[in-house]
Amino acid sequence: MTLPSLNLLLQSILSGIFIGGMYSMIGLGLGLSWGLLRQINLAHFGFVFLSAYLSYHMVSVWGIDPLLTLLILPPFFFAIGVAQQWLLSRFKISPFNSLLVTFGFTVMIESLIQYVWTADFRKLQSVYGEEKFKIGGLFVPVPELLTLLLAILFAFGVWAAMRFTDIGKAMRAMAEDGPIAAAFGINQRWLSLMLSGTCVALASIAGVCFALTFTLTPTQIFSWVGVVFAVVMLGGLGSALGPLVAGIIIGVSEAIAMAIFAPSWAPIVSFSLLILMLLFRPGKA
Amino acid sequence: MNKAIVSGILAAGIAFAALPWLGAPAFWESFLYLLFHWIILAVSWNILSGYTGYFSFGHGAFFGAGIYGTAYLAGTIGWPFLATLPAAVFVAAALGVALGAVVFRVASVRGELFALLTLAVTFVLATIILNTKIDGGPGIYLLGVDIPKLGPSPSASLYMLGLVSAVATLLISYWIYASKFGSGLFAIHDDEDVAEVMGVPTYRFKLYALAISCGLAGLAGGIHAVFISYVTVSETFSITVPLSVVLMSILGGSRHWIGPAVGAVFITCLLYFFTSGDYAVFGRAMVGLILVVVILFMPTGVLGVFTNWRHARRKQQVMVEPPPAHEGVEGQAAPVVRLAAKPVISGEVLLQVRGLTKAFGGMKALNDVTLEVRKGEILGLIGPNGSGKSTFINVVSGHFKSTAGEIVFDGKDLTGMDAHRFAQAGIARTYQIPRPFGQMTVLENVAMVGMFGGEGMSRAEATRQAEEFIAFAGLSHRAHVLPEDLNLHQRKFLELARALAARPKLLMLDEVLSGLTPSEINEAIEMIQRIRDRGTTIIFVEHVMRAVMALTDRIVVLNYGSMIAQGNAVDVMNDDQVKAAYLGKAHA
Repeated sequence: MTLPSLNLLLQSILSGIFIGGMYSMIGLGLGLSWGLLRQINLAHFGFVFLSAYLSYHMVSVWGIDPLLTLLILPPFFFAIGVAQQWLLSRFKISPFNSLLVTFGFTVMIESLIQYVWTADFRKLQSVYGEEKFKIGGLFVPVPELLTLLLAILFAFGVWAAMRFTDIGKAMRAMAEDGPIAAAFGINQRWLSLMLSGTCVALASIAGVCFALTFTLTPTQIFSWVGVVFAVVMLGGLGSALGPLVAGIIIGVSEAIAMAIFAPSWAPIVSFSLLILMLLFRPGKA
Repeated sequence: MNKAIVSGILAAGIAFAALPWLGAPAFWESFLYLLFHWIILAVSWNILSGYTGYFSFGHGAFFGAGIYGTAYLAGTIGWPFLATLPAAVFVAAALGVALGAVVFRVASVRGELFALLTLAVTFVLATIILNTKIDGGPGIYLLGVDIPKLGPSPSASLYMLGLVSAVATLLISYWIYASKFGSGLFAIHDDEDVAEVMGVPTYRFKLYALAISCGLAGLAGGIHAVFISYVTVSETFSITVPLSVVLMSILGGSRHWIGPAVGAVFITCLLYFFTSGDYAVFGRAMVGLILVVVILFMPTGVLGVFTNWRHARRKQQVMVEPPPAHEGVEGQAAPVVRLAAKPVISGEVLLQVRGLTKAFGGMKALNDVTLEVRKGEILGLIGPNGSGKSTFINVVSGHFKSTAGEIVFDGKDLTGMDAHRFAQAGIARTYQIPRPFGQMTVLENVAMVGMFGGEGMSRAEATRQAEEFIAFAGLSHRAHVLPEDLNLHQRKFLELARALAARPKLLMLDEVLSGLTPSEINEAIEMIQRIRDRGTTIIFVEHVMRAVMALTDRIVVLNYGSMIAQGNAVDVMNDDQVKAAYLGKAHA
């Protein structure tokens, strides 16, 4: 163990903040559907990857600007989310079984990706890919910065919507006590369809960010499950700003662990945090 | 235990053991080995997760502990292979017990949170093994490990080990399923808090189940390490193992001892069929699709559907018979139920409560309550809503731990003990809103309590006596249905039968009459009288004053958690404080 130089440490902290933005972008929709719909939507990860591959395809094969895919993809994924919620509510699935069913979806999505794009590594090459600028000795890559800004934008956007709009209030009432909310005239069915659609649309935006930043391979879907779960639980289920804060905390602590020890030790930070969270802050989780 | 099932498992084991000597091609040995491998993993997972409902996503961690136990001992430091297997079992079980000892103390880590926590443990363990001398990164080769000759060929040795382990796992699974231990685990599955109050030592039982489950997974890992002969962290701790076992168990039926084995055979064959051709991708997609379809249409699994079908058939049979309604309740044909025989009110103190206080945050639901209950009496406990009556019952049954004060019952100090100690000491209770074990029949519900409450009978004895208590409560014609098929009146009487089955010295009845019709109340009053006549001491919480007046020897009145009056019914009713509590103060 050797202590890295100050500059290296600062650069690690910065990249920790960026990866935290990615975590929170993925975690936002997942935490919302978990907290408000009582569904653990593992397929969220499948949708993130599907969207990432689709934007890869649009950019590399059809030559569309990556930023444009940010506008094209979400409506499609919104529809997928609505369809999934329709199916799950049709069968009155328990939270635990939602985990199993959506795992089934994820496996199917993974197979689909592998069939269409093969198991090879894919990297989206775009004008933004290698763009970076320098502030006071620190490198700031553009795709990561974009991810972080989008994560902040959507976290605050969802927070404001939940807090200040009638639909947001209705959703919080529904999460607190569905039947009572329904008795006061809240259309639970419609709301949950919209919410699920929104969550999956958020997944597709996370997917585009993912494609801009990372190399894609289908088996990676599951390697993100643990750390994003940790982020969501640490941030609080159904919270909009929680995942952002938690994502950055976990991202930075991982980055520091990587810089000081070795990159292969990084997972232990997030998972130990998750375990401690579950044991000591269970009421809130 | 059904001897035919045990001999059936053994016979199947012997038949398979003959295979290597019949000159079957090596392909069959390795294919069947994989079947055995998945049977061990799925069935062992089910012993904790299926039986108790604590769904673990950490089975890969315990399996991996076994793999690396053998890989390190045999591959790196050169132990003989067979000697590493007990070590693999031990390491995995010890890991499980260490984890359970912490996790099972935290009451809120249930359901999906437990699943997540065990998944996280898997990744932590994987990271540690990857970064330490156990693996270090490149993986461990086991090609040089000598495999002892247990069959006509070296590959037959692993086949035989897998076979023996699978047979042992099935026998253990069946033994637990059919034992008192298993009944306790199923009760934990249905309602853990009630199970504890009914006398199941839930913490210990969960720990035992976890240890057995992990030990068997470790065994499977130890054998598998040599089978694959090259182990890596990323393969061992991948998500495949935990998810496959969950899928297999759900598919086959996780409440049945052989369900996971059925699922394991099905999925393994399916995967093999697809991956052997060029359709590996479709194979995986199929597995995903099957999972979705099964959960949506058959959430209890193949054997669950079968069990439900049997229940439904029994129900129909019973419907045909004329229901012998309320036998025993009328009094003449009451079967002989031997409750603890004691003379009526001896003056001896059975329960002594001193300075009992229960605070929820700053709110004192019970404040410094001191009272005695004498053997053979019926003590009425009344008070306005929110006065602390139910809290009193919850504390004296051990469901809540008291904040201060002491509880001495029958000469034993129970203060601060786990709830199952209260039940074993001879305290039983009913719940105001009935809380039967949802997936057990009426008979099983009552027998469960006989096994764990009071003196603790064997399963067979408890089942025999449960029939008497069910007859006493007038539910004989409903003995084999699930609680969801009972109406409220029958559920209340099931609560009573279940409390009585513990043969309690002290019975606490929490508003058993609420929601009943006047004629049903009359039946219940008669029944409570007959319970007392057989020598059981009763604490009777009730709002129906007619019943309180008819039944109680003495009354205690609570208000805002404090005792404001006690004495005989008429005196208490004329007490000014009591009047004020119920009706408000007169503004003079």
